[in-house]
Amino acid sequence: MSVTPLHLTDGAVAIGGRPVLRGIDLRVESGEFVALMGANGSGKTTLVRALTGLRPLTSGTVELFGTDLRHFHDWQRVGYVPQRLGAATGVPASVWEVVASGRLTRRRLLRPLSRADRSAIQDALEVVDLADRGRDGVSQLSGGQQQRVLIARALAGEPELLFLDEPTAGVDLPNQLALTAALGELASRGATIVLVAHELGPLAGLVGRAVVMRDGRVAYDGAPLADHQVHDPRFAETHLHHHHTDGHALRHDHSPHVASPLEGGR
Amino acid sequence: MLDIFSYPFMQRALLAAFFTGLAAPAVGTYIVQRRLALLGDGIGHVAVTGVALGLLTGIAPTWTAVTVAVLGAVLIEIIRERGHTNGDVALALLFYGGLAGGVLLTGLGGQSAARLQEYLFGSITTISVGDVWVTMAFAAVVILIGVGLAPQLFAVAQDEEFARVAGLNVRAYNLLVAVLAAVSVTIAMRTVGLLLVSALMVVPVATSQQLTRSFRTTLGAAMVLGMVASVGGLSLSALAPAGTRVAPGSTIVLLSLAGFVVTWPLGAWLRRRQLQRAPFPALPPDETATPHDAAQHDHDHGPACGHAAIPHGDHVDYVHDGHRHAPHEQHYDEH
Repeated sequence: MSVTPLHLTDGAVAIGGRPVLRGIDLRVESGEFVALMGANGSGKTTLVRALTGLRPLTSGTVELFGTDLRHFHDWQRVGYVPQRLGAATGVPASVWEVVASGRLTRRRLLRPLSRADRSAIQDALEVVDLADRGRDGVSQLSGGQQQRVLIARALAGEPELLFLDEPTAGVDLPNQLALTAALGELASRGATIVLVAHELGPLAGLVGRAVVMRDGRVAYDGAPLADHQVHDPRFAETHLHHHHTDGHALRHDHSPHVASPLEGGR
Repeated sequence: MLDIFSYPFMQRALLAAFFTGLAAPAVGTYIVQRRLALLGDGIGHVAVTGVALGLLTGIAPTWTAVTVAVLGAVLIEIIRERGHTNGDVALALLFYGGLAGGVLLTGLGGQSAARLQEYLFGSITTISVGDVWVTMAFAAVVILIGVGLAPQLFAVAQDEEFARVAGLNVRAYNLLVAVLAAVSVTIAMRTVGLLLVSALMVVPVATSQQLTRSFRTTLGAAMVLGMVASVGGLSLSALAPAGTRVAPGSTIVLLSLAGFVVTWPLGAWLRRRQLQRAPFPALPPDETATPHDAAQHDHDHGPACGHAAIPHGDHVDYVHDGHRHAPHEQHYDEH
């Protein structure tokens, strides 16, 4: 029996002193395919950010592969696909280069790419069906293809545990199908997958377990639900204002945001 | 007329220009990638205070400038990281503080504005042997780190959150880029001047990315372009007709900009062509569109017909007068 990849005990997160997640216990066993679902503002993105160490827990503990997150250094075992509208930045970058950056978890400083690195990058490109686009600039790709590039980047590190934050948001059906095929391939290789999704769409067939968040707590944990069940009034937003500050408004480089420069809250 | 290149001061200036031109875009590429193109300008303004401090205390302005510029760069980075501010507001704060501080200190020190102006607009031809060595050493460090740590710096600038989950020390790399930028600003201060420093960090990158698709070629081409602009601009200013006074800083920056002006239309044309040649999505065609009888055309579409042939799923569409013609038996389907 392999070690449990992910174990959150009594997790809580507060953002700017405001409790967002409370009392969350989540244990994901090796090889599971878990969908974190829930309405906007239910805390699913915050939870993934807490699980990856991007947002500190205010209480509770996260263990990755049996090691407390604060002492965890085995990052090549973890892959992360952040929620992004695209993979482009201020300077052109080729698809191959972006995917290759996912290999950094396994590379040592100032060393050239090894043959194993190159074949892992090539394999990741093939899994997302973009092997022939490696030399193209990422900005030339459609939004759905860029999302696949980000997934390939995570795959290049050959992670055992993969977090994906809304990989299908704003992606058209052909690209969702390509994504589904890529994740199916990965799952069949034995990877543990935790996926945040508002709606599953074609991914539904892969999901083995659904965790539904509601207002910062786990409202349901069990067999997968159909999309309409997730939006059942029991799981819906309780009030109209969103706690969804974590995902967008506070992210530094990606949204214009006017505030006093020393305003804290991290 | 070419005698001027045999003067030692000119050779020193050329050496300094060569190294500065290579180093500034090496760090500039990462700054542009993070959409902080004006960071160099912010640091340049802060360095004005450093120069003034040197003039006031009698310490060599290069050293006071590099110290203050590094402190300013680190401060900008911390404000950017800590506050939820976009980099630009943090930059603006430092801009004005740095410039005002420099002017105040120069006045207090009783130095004339002309002395400060050497640093504001460059004075590469007055550079000493010691300055050349310092410039070369700093430039070499910037280039080695900028190229050697390219995979790490690229990943951090590309996607901070991903880099953090990949186990990279994002803060350390961000601070490293800020410090490298400060060092580049200080060495470029003698070449093009503090007020034009950012041009040498940003313009070659903007030029090279008109024609490149990958990060590595952008970085390499930007370094070559920066070097050509520096050495070329300096030579141009030296070859100016007798009696005219042409500041090398201005010719370097203008030459660099000229490169951008030349490549921009080319880049725009290439991008447009790329867009036109992109394959159409392989969706099932709309069956309701009426097919075109091939007899209505004065030629058959083919590889040589001159109409753009765009891959569409398992066949090719020919773009003709805003239509997409797919050859099918004796007619063209409208796709």
